[in-house]
Amino acid sequence: MNNLAAIWLTVQLATVTTCILLFFGTALAWWLSRTKSRTKPIIEAVTALPLVLPPTVLGFYLLVIMSPDNAIGSFWVHLTGSTLTFSFAGLVVASVIYSLPFMVQPLQNAFETVGSEPLEAAASLRAAPLNAFVTVAMPLSARGFLTAIVLTFAHTVGEFGVVLMVGGNIPGETRVISIAIYEHVETLQYAAAHSLSLALLGFSFVVLLAVYTLNRRFPIRIR
Amino acid sequence: MLAIDICTSLGEFELEVTTKIPLDGITGILGPSGSGKTTLLRVLAGFEPAEGQIIVDDEVWLDTKSKTDIAPYKRSLGYMFQDTRLFDHLSVAGNLEYATSRTLSEVKQIVVDDVVDAFDLSPLLKRPPAELSGGEKQRVALARTLLTNPRFLVLDEPLSALDEQRRSDILPYIDTMASQFQVPALYVSHAVGEVAHIAHRILALSNGRVQANGPTNEILERLDLLDVTGRFEAGSVVEATVIEHVEHHRLTRLTIDGQTLTMPMEPGVAPGDQIRLRVRARDVALALKRPEAISIRNILAATIVDLFHGPGSPYVEALVEFQKQRLRARITLASVEDLSLAVGMRVFVLIKSVTFESSLT
Repeated sequence: MNNLAAIWLTVQLATVTTCILLFFGTALAWWLSRTKSRTKPIIEAVTALPLVLPPTVLGFYLLVIMSPDNAIGSFWVHLTGSTLTFSFAGLVVASVIYSLPFMVQPLQNAFETVGSEPLEAAASLRAAPLNAFVTVAMPLSARGFLTAIVLTFAHTVGEFGVVLMVGGNIPGETRVISIAIYEHVETLQYAAAHSLSLALLGFSFVVLLAVYTLNRRFPIRIR
Repeated sequence: MLAIDICTSLGEFELEVTTKIPLDGITGILGPSGSGKTTLLRVLAGFEPAEGQIIVDDEVWLDTKSKTDIAPYKRSLGYMFQDTRLFDHLSVAGNLEYATSRTLSEVKQIVVDDVVDAFDLSPLLKRPPAELSGGEKQRVALARTLLTNPRFLVLDEPLSALDEQRRSDILPYIDTMASQFQVPALYVSHAVGEVAHIAHRILALSNGRVQANGPTNEILERLDLLDVTGRFEAGSVVEATVIEHVEHHRLTRLTIDGQTLTMPMEPGVAPGDQIRLRVRARDVALALKRPEAISIRNILAATIVDLFHGPGSPYVEALVEFQKQRLRARITLASVEDLSLAVGMRVFVLIKSVTFESSLT
């Protein structure tokens, strides 16, 4: 029962995180792929930070920022009446930051591959910029979107350090699969740890297999 | 009327163009690679920033002074790209539909059925662009561009990616575009032959500056434009009237300013037809007396109206006139000196070969 609650919570977290990142990550990736601004390398470096930073470091700073003693944390308490730390909302914020590069990088690559040529063609056919983005750049980047969505979802499912720092271990609120496994092991419930671990192992493999297979032959849809 | 007065720079390269182009028929934009032809088109389309003014009829597209810069998608210009840029995620029909669905209904005069017929697209409609041949892609791109019912069309070297055979396949469609749909076009090319074939007017560019702007015949005759027209098969376009076909010699007899000329039989034309011929400057020789016992059959009397010697060149470009029509000849500097050729002299023009260019009737 415990395990099912953890799985359900994890799926919720990963879905919400992916949806939020799909919006912001797309905007950021599009900007990065088009800008000639000198700030581009700085923004790229910041975006990639979660890839190299130990999750505990990221989690620690997030914990500090989100704590009610700080501006953002206290504003959240003022707004909702509960703290951002050790809550599902706090986990979502942490996951969005932690998984950001997994959404932005594949999309930025895809947008750069599309290039400006098809968008100029769209403009010459009277498509306004946003319309051209939706009808030309997005379909031509379909593989990039697929990769980004799958990787973001899977990476959020697998996160541990940041969640432990920011969310702790509250059943139904912040106890995701990885935390549940950790607790099973701590309390020597190896059988329960096995079933969850195997499920996660299988899930990760299937996801990666799907990404690599689709990347190789993803038929372009014809209307 | 398209009034252009722009300047822009791309790195070292500077483009400075001030000219007026009447928006009817096809205007060829001719110039060697790197002369700024494509940049000019991109500035017109709004893809490249520039200073100055672009006015189309009474619509201001660009005016730096009044800070007007109409977005590319709002400029009523059809752009046919060198690499076609068909959308790979849509079928041919989807590509055409992309243009029609964004065209205001009040300007919709050219519809899908028209272009499908004119460019023979019906067998292609369901196919993805990636499966089309180069020539087929060009036809679809031309049709797609026309469907936006633009005020005018710009074609950026549409034939450059095709082999010789495909080129002659696609040229008739470009003629169709101009005659059937009556859409004015700017046709960019570095190939004089192509431009001479389809353009009524030529804008000659060199090093980002306009060298000349005028009717095709005049531009091709001008000796000071050798930079632009001379490097590539320099020659002239002349108009002639068909007299008859001489079946047993496989020849067609023509008259040009009252003098007779023959060319390899051109079955597509009939007696009385007005046609355009192209004569390469290096196929024309000059003589002071009418030569006898010579294999060349086309010997016409003319007057030298211009001689031009580029510094360091062994050749002299001569311009001769029959009555109205003019022809260019490339002869050596040594011949000019030996024969004491000068402007105003009567000479005999020996034409080694003549190519049929297009029919005017």
